[in-house]
Amino acid sequence: MANRKLTSILKFSLLSSMLAFTGGAFADPVKAAFVYIGPTGDHGWTYAHDQGANMVQDQLGDGVVITRIESVAENSDSERVITSLARKNDIIFTTSFGYMNPTVKVAARYPDVKFEHATGYMRPTDNISTYSARFYEGRHVIGKIAGRMTNSNIIGYIASFPIPEVIRGINAAFLAAKSVNPDIQIKIVWVYTWFDPGKEADAARALIAQGADIIMQHTDSTAPMTVAEDEGVLAFGQASDMTAWGPNAHLTSIIDEWGPYYVARVKAVADGTWTSTDTFDGVAEGMVEFAPFTNMPDEVMWEAQDTILDLDAGAVHPFTGPINKQDGSPWLAEGETPPMFPDIITMDFYVEGIDSKYPN
Amino acid sequence: MIRLIPRTQPSKAMIFLSPLLALTLTAVTAFFIFAFILTDIEVSSVFYTLFVEPLIDTYYISELLVKAAPLIMIALGLSIGFRAGVWNIGAEGQYVIGGITGGAVGLYFYNVEGFWLIPLMSLAAILGGMFYAGIAAFLKTKYQVNEILVTLMLTYVAVLFLSAMLQGPMRNPSGFNFPESRPFHDSALLPIIWQGTRLNIGLIIAVILSFVTWFGIKRHLSGLQIKITGSAPRAAKFAGFDDKKTIWFALLISGGVAGLAGLFEVIGPAGQITPGLPQFYGFTAIIVAFLSRLHPIAIIFSSLLIALTYIGGENVQIYFNLPSSITNIFQGMLLFYFLACDVLIQYKIVFFKTIRQKL
Repeated sequence: MANRKLTSILKFSLLSSMLAFTGGAFADPVKAAFVYIGPTGDHGWTYAHDQGANMVQDQLGDGVVITRIESVAENSDSERVITSLARKNDIIFTTSFGYMNPTVKVAARYPDVKFEHATGYMRPTDNISTYSARFYEGRHVIGKIAGRMTNSNIIGYIASFPIPEVIRGINAAFLAAKSVNPDIQIKIVWVYTWFDPGKEADAARALIAQGADIIMQHTDSTAPMTVAEDEGVLAFGQASDMTAWGPNAHLTSIIDEWGPYYVARVKAVADGTWTSTDTFDGVAEGMVEFAPFTNMPDEVMWEAQDTILDLDAGAVHPFTGPINKQDGSPWLAEGETPPMFPDIITMDFYVEGIDSKYPN
Repeated sequence: MIRLIPRTQPSKAMIFLSPLLALTLTAVTAFFIFAFILTDIEVSSVFYTLFVEPLIDTYYISELLVKAAPLIMIALGLSIGFRAGVWNIGAEGQYVIGGITGGAVGLYFYNVEGFWLIPLMSLAAILGGMFYAGIAAFLKTKYQVNEILVTLMLTYVAVLFLSAMLQGPMRNPSGFNFPESRPFHDSALLPIIWQGTRLNIGLIIAVILSFVTWFGIKRHLSGLQIKITGSAPRAAKFAGFDDKKTIWFALLISGGVAGLAGLFEVIGPAGQITPGLPQFYGFTAIIVAFLSRLHPIAIIFSSLLIALTYIGGENVQIYFNLPSSITNIFQGMLLFYFLACDVLIQYKIVFFKTIRQKL
């Protein structure tokens, strides 16, 4: 009797484990990992990527297991982190430019793992995709707001590293501001960091001391917004909604909306439809969005909304000729827009009218 | 009132046991911290990931050695200076400059094969690091400028110099204008000594240097000179030792070795020069040097220990989603307990009742 009971238990457990096994072939969760340059609490670049990871978790639920690792320096450590992740994951998002070569090296060693590198350009093996966003479209919108809102006609710009993405942002913001305010000037401070609240705050103070009454940042902390609030000037947030850090200073923030892309890519791994691609989406695709417009008159807000609609429809391009380079040499002729490569991807010059030395 | 009174006879056994004691205390404290903050994770599995896995998984063993090699080299150089009372705090800067000067030679001879290439790059790196530390030696011996300040400040200059070089002459011509050098050609990369990993010949050189330094300190007159200058500067003067020479010697050696470590990073695990080159090895090596009581052979072990906190800390982050500050907390606790143990070995605590003096 006892024996029969035992066999039936054994049979049952065998059956159920077989069921679990066959069921598992479909329901096996995708293991996705995210490598971050900063802390997830920066409320900037890394925070925005982490929000994207949250969206993946929310939408795929049990279908995904997510690993996140923050503050990974862009040096030889990153290759070890990416390798550690590649041993246990199906898809890895490396979310900063400096991870490019380590990502490429690890991808070559782990051909079955999919790699997604943000802001890079190298896809030597077919298990790497690259993705970025046309943030300069966001700069185009906030440039127009800045041109309207400034009293001193001086925009203060906190720049991180002189890489094409940052240069594009400066040029796009300046051109847009100038289009609505011909007297506009832009002052630029290079802080050579993505995230350093102390340095960013110092840079904001220095710019305000030089007469800037609007602060734009291409760094990731909320410090510049806080300084703007304290000093009574206006500012734009970066990567996520920074209203809370400057209720009276905040105009809007350019929001990086990675979530839908991440959901699609992780789903593609689950379906087996993932392929190596290069994505460079903007306002129209919803990868670049805006926080609520605050502290500005309605006309300025309407103009900004119209600009967003134009970008949505593809009716405007932030770089539309005639535009000269800083040295006066012609870049774009009347009505001309630049090709994505090389002009936009490798941009390494200021446009005419920016009264600041190009960092070299 | 509490006072520290020097012990006449510090316990020999405790001098050897105190590193273990410090490690145990760190582990116990960490256990309580984890038990307190982690409610849904088993503390034992966190400990396993932190301290055991990196020591049994071959991949992590190789990475442990990769991470320890530059720490050994830099800490060795620093320990010589610290023995002489010369405080080179800016090994980080010398490391960066060495990476630039050595790397520049490699980029200049890009695509040129030759057994002489890596030695030539090494020479350039050593000279670069020496020159950079030499600035502090010059200012110290000529104008009595504090070398702590000079070396520390020059670190910031070195980092800015690095970014200037990567924006300009060293920028990868086919790199879309991003500030990175091109990846080094194979003939300029350090030979790998464990196939399938990143472990290169730099580790062997670091270990050899440890033994050379040990021998030098024990047997060579300059070793004695350094020790006496550090512990009893006046006596050294009377003995006819030239303290200026010692300052130059200490800074040039530590700068040269740090420079070489910088080169070994760019032609080793990094494979190119990037803005991420400064990664605090120069500062972490200060902890390493003191954890090993400036002993050249002990430096090998304390470098491995610090490397373990890096790799274990990283994996704890990956597996359990804990914050990256774990690594720093461990390093801080280790140093704190170690120094505390050392103080208590050398001194005893005496409780005084405050004596009220009659006025």
